[in-house]
Amino acid sequence: MKNILLITAKEFQSYFNSSIAYIFMTVFLVLTHWLFFRGFFLFNQATLRPFFALLPWVFLFFVPAITMRLWAEERKLGTMEVLMTLPLKDYEVVLGKFFAAYGLLILTVVLSFPLVIVVATFGDPDSGQLWGGFLGAILLGGAYLSLGLFVSSLSENQIVAFILGVALSFLLLILGESFVLLAAPGWVAPLLEYLGLHTHFESIGRGVLDSRDVIYYLSVMVFFLFLNVRSVESRKWK
Amino acid sequence: MPTISRNLVVPLGSKVMQGKFTKGASQGTSLQELSELPAFHVLPHPLPRTPMIEVAHLTKCFGPITAVRDLSFRVRAGEVVGILGPNGAGKTTTMRVLTCYLPATSGEVKVGGFDAVEHSLEVRRRIGYLPENAPLYGDMTVRDYLRFMARVRRLAARLIERRIQEMTAVCGLQAVLGRVIGELSKGYRQRVGLAQALIHEPQILILDEPTSGLDPNQIAEIRQLIKTLGRERTVILCTHILPEVSMTCDRILILSNGGLVAQGTTEELSRQAAGDAVYHLTLRPPQGLPAEGDGRHAALGEVRAKLEAMPGIRRPECLETIDGGRARFRVSADAARDLGEELFRLAVENGWTLSELRREAVSLEEVFSRLTTREK
Ligand SMILES: Nc1ncnc2c1ncn2[C@@H]1O[C@H](COP(=O)(O)OP(=O)(O)O)[C@@H](O)[C@H]1O
Ligand SMILES: [Mg+2]
Repeated sequence: MKNILLITAKEFQSYFNSSIAYIFMTVFLVLTHWLFFRGFFLFNQATLRPFFALLPWVFLFFVPAITMRLWAEERKLGTMEVLMTLPLKDYEVVLGKFFAAYGLLILTVVLSFPLVIVVATFGDPDSGQLWGGFLGAILLGGAYLSLGLFVSSLSENQIVAFILGVALSFLLLILGESFVLLAAPGWVAPLLEYLGLHTHFESIGRGVLDSRDVIYYLSVMVFFLFLNVRSVESRKWK
Repeated sequence: MPTISRNLVVPLGSKVMQGKFTKGASQGTSLQELSELPAFHVLPHPLPRTPMIEVAHLTKCFGPITAVRDLSFRVRAGEVVGILGPNGAGKTTTMRVLTCYLPATSGEVKVGGFDAVEHSLEVRRRIGYLPENAPLYGDMTVRDYLRFMARVRRLAARLIERRIQEMTAVCGLQAVLGRVIGELSKGYRQRVGLAQALIHEPQILILDEPTSGLDPNQIAEIRQLIKTLGRERTVILCTHILPEVSMTCDRILILSNGGLVAQGTTEELSRQAAGDAVYHLTLRPPQGLPAEGDGRHAALGEVRAKLEAMPGIRRPECLETIDGGRARFRVSADAARDLGEELFRLAVENGWTLSELRREAVSLEEVFSRLTTREK
């Protein structure tokens, strides 16, 4: 456990050392707030639902941006050779990096909390939907993060890691969309609907916390983190 | 007299080897031939009392490429061993297996009695590793980086700052402790890499090309440092620079083409080398050498065959052909016998006009380049 936290602390510090963290948070908050307030004054409804509806699409580009360097850079610089010859287990390093990226993402989501106050002064938002929205955002973000982190371990080029991350996240996101379901043969449709990120995000966002949705997101994370451990090990297979 | 030039870097894989040793098409010295030579036969080194590192029949393949082939050696506790070999010899690959970064394809590696595969964490705890090119995190300060490494190495919290101070003093990092690593010069980066490898006082220090890319002053400093460090721990130093190992190491292992071709102390290797003498002959066959074509080739082959047939002569090779139908040859012979007269007589019998006949002692550089010349 201590090993995981050491890696997390180091990676988290790195985000701030390299100013990625500041740029990330600023751009994310400015963009989401602007998009939200544009609609907010137009429709004059005291709800954060439009804000949460944006997140799957905004995360699509922002999350791979914070995971792309985590492994690609280690491989490019050769620091991976030092890191992986330290007395650490592979999964400790993978989890350490994951938690660091997750920390930054959660911090950013929390920083958009003042929106709640704004909305609350204009009306009376449904608190179940609010909490559901934030929880859904954090779970969805975690799923994207685990995917992005895994993809980063596949290439030593950060740009490749970014683009692959966006593309695969997009695929996973739209898997459960109705037009995909219509096109798919009948028997796979329910499976796709279950696997799609968006379906679960919407159901949590309605304020209904179903353990199946939470389990779904946790399974996605475990799955990609597992793949990540395997891909870090894969240097040993050649 | 075998001499080791202190500042000469043997230009491996460049002119010396190709020019001298591989010009004649069939002249490349193969490992097969080498292992048959008594002078350079791999001598069993006196068995170490407590082997700190034991490598037994290590083979490492990358797909079709065999980077390391059936390599076996031992390193005693406290020994400073140099692994010398041209680029591509398999040094880095061997170090990666030792440090548990890569598993061996076959063979066994034990460090401090622990198997590198089964007890990888125990092995990694005992080793401080500076990989080739000293990879470091560019966005951290030197102090943060050393602190991170110290923590991962599980140093007690109260010891960490003191240890960083010590490492700063040992590696000469006072001036840059607060600087960001990405801004440091190559020399400082190499020292940060060393400090990182030493922070937990490892029993074993593994350094891969620690002086590459440094200027002569920095090289001298780092070598001095390695010498000092070697007093109290086991050190493995990989390099393609001969003077580096002959200056800093107790024992040298010479690696070529993924295999061990010789090992011993500098003196032992020099003595083995001294067992060999080399003669240079410049001669003109009776009709001179034909200008080109098959005739020329045949003439050279004939001379070579005559030389080869002479008892006591090994590996005659044509180094170059000179204007006037002459050719320069080089032959190896046992140093104990003076073959000068016999070579002269051979020349007279065959009607060769000799314009040079010179005997030369073999230097350690030569042993090295001969041992590591690749088959073409
Ligand atoms: N990861 C790898 N994949 C494929 N081939 C490799 C890899 N690492 C090393 N090699 C090959 O193995 C041989 C030995 O390389 P290396 O151990 O780096 O030699 P050295 O460090 O002595 O210069 C070279 O031919 C190199 O191309
Ligand atoms: Mg190397």
